[in-house]
Amino acid sequence: MTTDLGMPTVASDPHGHLRGTEPFPVAAHRALADTQLRQNLGHATRTIRAKRAAVVGEVDDWEELRRAGECVKADVMARLPELLEQLEASVTARGGVVHWARDAEEANRIVVGLVRETGSDEVVKVKSMATQETGLNEALGAAGIAALETDLAELIVQLSDDKPSHFLVPAIHRNRSEIRDIFLREMPDVDPDLTDEPRRLAMAARAHLRRKFLSARVGISGVNFAVADTGTISVVESEGNGRMCLTLPDTLITVMGVEKVVPTWSDLEVFLQLLPRSSTGERMNPYTSSWSGVTPGDGPQTFHLVLLDNGRSNVLASPDGRQALHCIRCSACLNVCPVYERTGGHAYGSIYPGPIGAVLSPQLTGIDGPDDVNASLPYASSLCGACFDACPVRIDIPHLLVQQRAAAVEAHGRPTAQDLAMRAAAAAMASPGRFSLTERVVKLGRLLSRSGRIRSVPGPGAAAWFGARDMPEPPAETFREWWGRRERS
Amino acid sequence: MSAREEVLARLRAARDVGGSTVPDVPRDYHRTGVHAPGSAAAVERLTETLTDYRATVHRVGDLDGVPAAIAAVLAGSSSVVAPPGLPGEWLGEVTATVRRDDPPLSVADLDRLDAVVTGAAVAIADTGTFVLDALAPDQGRRAISLVPDHHVCVIRAADVVSSVPEALARLAPDGPLTFVSGPSATSDIELDRVEGVHGPRRLDVVLIVPPRA
Repeated sequence: MTTDLGMPTVASDPHGHLRGTEPFPVAAHRALADTQLRQNLGHATRTIRAKRAAVVGEVDDWEELRRAGECVKADVMARLPELLEQLEASVTARGGVVHWARDAEEANRIVVGLVRETGSDEVVKVKSMATQETGLNEALGAAGIAALETDLAELIVQLSDDKPSHFLVPAIHRNRSEIRDIFLREMPDVDPDLTDEPRRLAMAARAHLRRKFLSARVGISGVNFAVADTGTISVVESEGNGRMCLTLPDTLITVMGVEKVVPTWSDLEVFLQLLPRSSTGERMNPYTSSWSGVTPGDGPQTFHLVLLDNGRSNVLASPDGRQALHCIRCSACLNVCPVYERTGGHAYGSIYPGPIGAVLSPQLTGIDGPDDVNASLPYASSLCGACFDACPVRIDIPHLLVQQRAAAVEAHGRPTAQDLAMRAAAAAMASPGRFSLTERVVKLGRLLSRSGRIRSVPGPGAAAWFGARDMPEPPAETFREWWGRRERS
Repeated sequence: MSAREEVLARLRAARDVGGSTVPDVPRDYHRTGVHAPGSAAAVERLTETLTDYRATVHRVGDLDGVPAAIAAVLAGSSSVVAPPGLPGEWLGEVTATVRRDDPPLSVADLDRLDAVVTGAAVAIADTGTFVLDALAPDQGRRAISLVPDHHVCVIRAADVVSSVPEALARLAPDGPLTFVSGPSATSDIELDRVEGVHGPRRLDVVLIVPPRA
């Protein structure tokens, strides 16, 4: 933890959920070699892209909604401290208890303490990115508390001791027959004749979790939207596992990244249109729950809300970069990204994968030197711009990717081969004489060409550059030579 | 410095560095829907969108048609729970045992019941959604519409709006609200939607649509 009290601070990452162990290109190469993975991802992302396009096409004010969503979020960033104080007051007034966490460890410590107070050694969880980020399940496990993930995809990941690879469908990298195999192997009471029909798999999950839901004493959730002026928390889901966790336990503990606050109840009229259509490609997801503090006679009678910074203040301090905090975790940018579609989410290392993850993760953790694997994430893109077009709150992800590439370069203590090459190029282009000399040298490249392409060049750093690229053979006559000849004749 | 003070100090410092200009939010999206609330077109669109997400819609012409419609969809059920304020006559023709959630039933009791009958606060035609308000006496606390496997929801045409903004304008978030769009479903297997997970697997909607004069 920092000693600069009150200064924007990067995330703590006690369980390595925001930073992988190897650079993106290394992990991506391995993922690309996995044909099953590519098949599963290709199928799933094609399906969801078509569904999303169809339901977005039904809405003739989609662009107006996107602009409203963008501006509500920009407004939230400009007033974040005040809105959080308002949220705290509203939740407290309605019988909730608000806690503040500087970082992941502190959030986990708070939640472990609250669960211990209830005397329960088991909790049911609704899918939550914030608690994945902090590694809450590991922290609960270390305290002897079993955390049961109840979202179907999250359950698949938990049962197979895997890592999530998508915001919405953490097990998107698994197909139906792999899921059946995991259920047969890991669910004690499963029907041995279970088929891989999706409906049967959903039934198996229902049977597996039913008793746990009905007897759970503590539920843990994340937040999609928290309304500052009414203290209303909203959770968007499909299966009803969320409703179970939010309704049946005596105690509910909700962990939210501070950026999830919105000013007013009527702001949800924008996001409840943008999110389901962008996310699952549905007009509306099956269930959205909202509650304000504690309601006598209905649902948990003890409600705790944990507000988490963990690096968000660091992101907020960047005038453009803070757009990454506008994200509503719909995962549309993952589904349209040509890089994500081929590598899947694990290659990004962080639990925030895809285009938005490539700009959010390095800002949350900061880039600490040239060897930081998160410095490789902003390069996991062809800058094609599909992510911006799909983003329901118009986050300019391509711009942020370029900005994070600049940040990654700045993190170099001493110049790399690429830096030197770029400096040489800058020097060569600075005067007409030097440029013309350079052109003559480059022409020698024709000697390295095979069938019109150059595939490798000797020299430091060249192997890395040409590892994933080739270039056309330089022409026999440059433009400037041609122009000069034309002038003379 | 407490965590609260420190987080707020960090966020204030960051906000001031990153910029504190509050933008105007353009609200030029549709705040009223294409069909008037309660109109035949709105009810027609609701029927389509509900059906599209695997809810079964039963139309009746007036309140007098409700008891028979409810009795018909509950024909195979032996027990049903009703919120304290659900009109008693709606359940007049039901052959199943009716349990009022008053005093509140235990979760174990609810788990033994086959079905639940509720009203709704508002329904959204664009999205095939109805909203349950836990503070409304004919809708009841959240658990009763969650644990039983079959939900029968009665919606009046007057409560049908076209769009999400119109629905939110009619709702106050004072108590718990549940937006329901079809039976429970998941998209977690290959991103395709399949119905029937933890929430009610069967959803019947009784729509009260008075004939037009």
